[in-house]
Amino acid sequence: MDLDPVLLSRIQFAFVVSFHAIFPVFTIGLASYIAVLEGLAFRTDNPAWVKLSAFWTKVFAIVFGMGVVSGIVMSFQFGTNWSNFSQASANFLGPMLSYEVVTAFFLEAAFLGVLLFGRDKVPKGVHLMSAIMVATGTFISAFWILSANSWMQTPAGVELREGMFHVTSWSEAIFNPSFPYRFAHMIVASFLTGSFVVAGVSAWYLLLGREVEANRKALSMCLWLILVLAPAQAVIGDFHGLNTLEHQPEKVAAMEANWETQSNVPLLLFAIPDQENQTNHFEIGIPSLASLILTHEWDGVVPGLNEVAPENQPPVWIVFWSFRIMVAMGVLMVLAALTGLFLRKGGRVYQTKWYLQFLRVMSIAPFLAVLTGWFVTETGRAPWLVYGIMNQADAVTPSLSGWMALFTLIGYIIVYALVFTAGVYYLFRVLQVGLEGDDSIDEEHDRPMRPFSAAHVSFEYEPYPGVEKDMNLSPAGVPPTGSSSSSSSKNGGQ
Amino acid sequence: MQTFDLTLIWAVIIGFGVIMYVLMDGFDLGVGILFPFAPNEEARDVMMNSVAPVWDGNETWLVLGGAGLLAAFPLVYSIFLPAMYIGVFLLLAGLIFRGVAFEFRFKARTSRYLWNWAFAGGSMVAAFAQGAVVGAYVQGFETENMRYVGGALDWLTPFTVLTGLGLMAGYALLGSTWLILKTEGYIQEWAYKITRPLLLAVLVVFALVSFWTPFIDELVRDRWFSTIQVIWVFPALALFCAWQILKSVGKRQEGVPFVATMGLFIFSYLGLLASRWPYVVPPNYTLYDAASAYESQLFLLLGLLFVIPIVLAYTAWTYWVFRGKVKAGVGYH
Repeated sequence: MDLDPVLLSRIQFAFVVSFHAIFPVFTIGLASYIAVLEGLAFRTDNPAWVKLSAFWTKVFAIVFGMGVVSGIVMSFQFGTNWSNFSQASANFLGPMLSYEVVTAFFLEAAFLGVLLFGRDKVPKGVHLMSAIMVATGTFISAFWILSANSWMQTPAGVELREGMFHVTSWSEAIFNPSFPYRFAHMIVASFLTGSFVVAGVSAWYLLLGREVEANRKALSMCLWLILVLAPAQAVIGDFHGLNTLEHQPEKVAAMEANWETQSNVPLLLFAIPDQENQTNHFEIGIPSLASLILTHEWDGVVPGLNEVAPENQPPVWIVFWSFRIMVAMGVLMVLAALTGLFLRKGGRVYQTKWYLQFLRVMSIAPFLAVLTGWFVTETGRAPWLVYGIMNQADAVTPSLSGWMALFTLIGYIIVYALVFTAGVYYLFRVLQVGLEGDDSIDEEHDRPMRPFSAAHVSFEYEPYPGVEKDMNLSPAGVPPTGSSSSSSSKNGGQ
Repeated sequence: MQTFDLTLIWAVIIGFGVIMYVLMDGFDLGVGILFPFAPNEEARDVMMNSVAPVWDGNETWLVLGGAGLLAAFPLVYSIFLPAMYIGVFLLLAGLIFRGVAFEFRFKARTSRYLWNWAFAGGSMVAAFAQGAVVGAYVQGFETENMRYVGGALDWLTPFTVLTGLGLMAGYALLGSTWLILKTEGYIQEWAYKITRPLLLAVLVVFALVSFWTPFIDELVRDRWFSTIQVIWVFPALALFCAWQILKSVGKRQEGVPFVATMGLFIFSYLGLLASRWPYVVPPNYTLYDAASAYESQLFLLLGLLFVIPIVLAYTAWTYWVFRGKVKAGVGYH
């Protein structure tokens, strides 16, 4: 069998990025939420804010730790699998990535320690500032990395000389045409992710009747934020889409599975795109709606995939369906927010069981939306790596063979599967213990500077006072963790 | 316009970054390598705690090195990484397991032995891979038109296996002298005991590499035996450091062994660079061939001039905060 190094490298990069992306997208939102909680705690002295902040800081520490570990791979992946691309684009991407490390990573590292371990050791104002600095660090990080990614989508401010990009204008390259839309879309997505996870977990605690006052506050805050952000995201997404139509028309054509340039393009709700025959099967659509959305006129002309040769088209099936899942998640988010608003009257929002259950399940919706959104924008660019200038086949490492790419692909999948399993398992242990967790339990093992030290929760199942009775109710999709009998039998061996 | 030799400045910065990384992550990787040989579980607790507050910051230098290399010397980045493809994967996998072990070991009770292995194994693999990179650099790379054209396992030769094992021994030595500095009682006694055999192992590799290298490479042979004899000052200084380690361990001094080990590393490193200068991708490309565009080097340098002092100050402060002995069963206060 012939192994294609380009395809395998694409799969590998998609896997590593997708795996990594779910962590920062959560921590960007959560860091700001923690900063807000710290600000409220600073001003009001209501212990509920401190309790919430302390708990969500623990969760933040774990997710941040996993993000850092999985992120190390990213900075080397360009060189190992895409060395021609690295070589060609180094004049721009090198400084971008370096600035991310020195301005964001070191800032986060410096203040994370104070945020995690300094509550009783530094003045309250300094602790609040640390929370704000960590949140700022996450924004700065997102700024550089999205600038780099946007530049690959809509390259600007550079000229190609002897196979290398040379920067002619740093401001044009950094603030390239799609950057503002992409940055706004991503930051709002991060806030939505943070909100839905906090809302979902709070809803779960309310169903169990745990720490009712604090969790009501948390849920209420998140629902207000979602009420503003979910519709706002739709508007930003629309602007982003128009920008994409201007700069990458075939990506939009693939999103709509629109094969022919035509007017009165319908908005397809369902279709099975057939790239081989350049057509769709089983189309169900709303007449002219796509034309209206994209051109703001019912009979607007929308470019189709026929504008480019079939070999230069992106994989339509992936783009089309990823886009639909993303939009569906967005619609569900708006519905969740509006339902919450409707239920607020008389405090029903905190008691309506089906709604709380719905919110619990909805905590995975933003992750799904972010991942599918990335699939749309990244696979929609195919076969280009730097849009219109360098295609994927030219960008790949010349010495890379198919089996090498396959070997490391399988390797990364195994490594990440082990890390991810341990990390998510531990995250759910922390969620089970919840806001009531006693911080003094593990005091003897308290070691600053390791993110996970912020959570004093054992890796194995150990009953905590007042929490044990709830163990049969675990977060969505995850079975209750190991029964005490199995862990005590292992204890016997020690 | 090009008043400064920016490329030279960048060579110094990257060279400085590499030795910073080697010295700092070196001792915490070394602690991981020594992990399975520790007297007991309590000693392992202390060993891990001695590096827990700083290892994360130490590794950030590696990420900075990768990004900085891409920014300033893209050719090195785009030839070394493909050439060391499998080695880079092993390095990253090792670092991931190690990093996760730091987090989980103290949370785990029944599964603790698994995290011990993840920590030790990850450290060993990462150290070996880094040593192999050094060997591969001495060996040179097969290139055409500024691209690596060799095979996947060309780097894996008896010579790189030797340098890989050599760096493992070297990091272990850094680790044992670090433990002499940071621990007390029976753990320190154990660290004293293993330092001499580790030093012996390092010196054996040092000698083998020194005899072997001139046969591998003509440039090195010329430089060592004809053009610049001054170069002999580096191995001489390295050997002087080795002697200091031996002497200070005999006298039960606590700080000197670690400092002397760092000296041993620094002078070996300078000797290696001096033998190769100005070739960064031997045997074909010099640092000037490998440099990125002037405006890119300048754009990043302007930012780094502000940020690096802050980073260094913060790093020094962290070490200051966590100064002193690590005691068994007691946390930092």
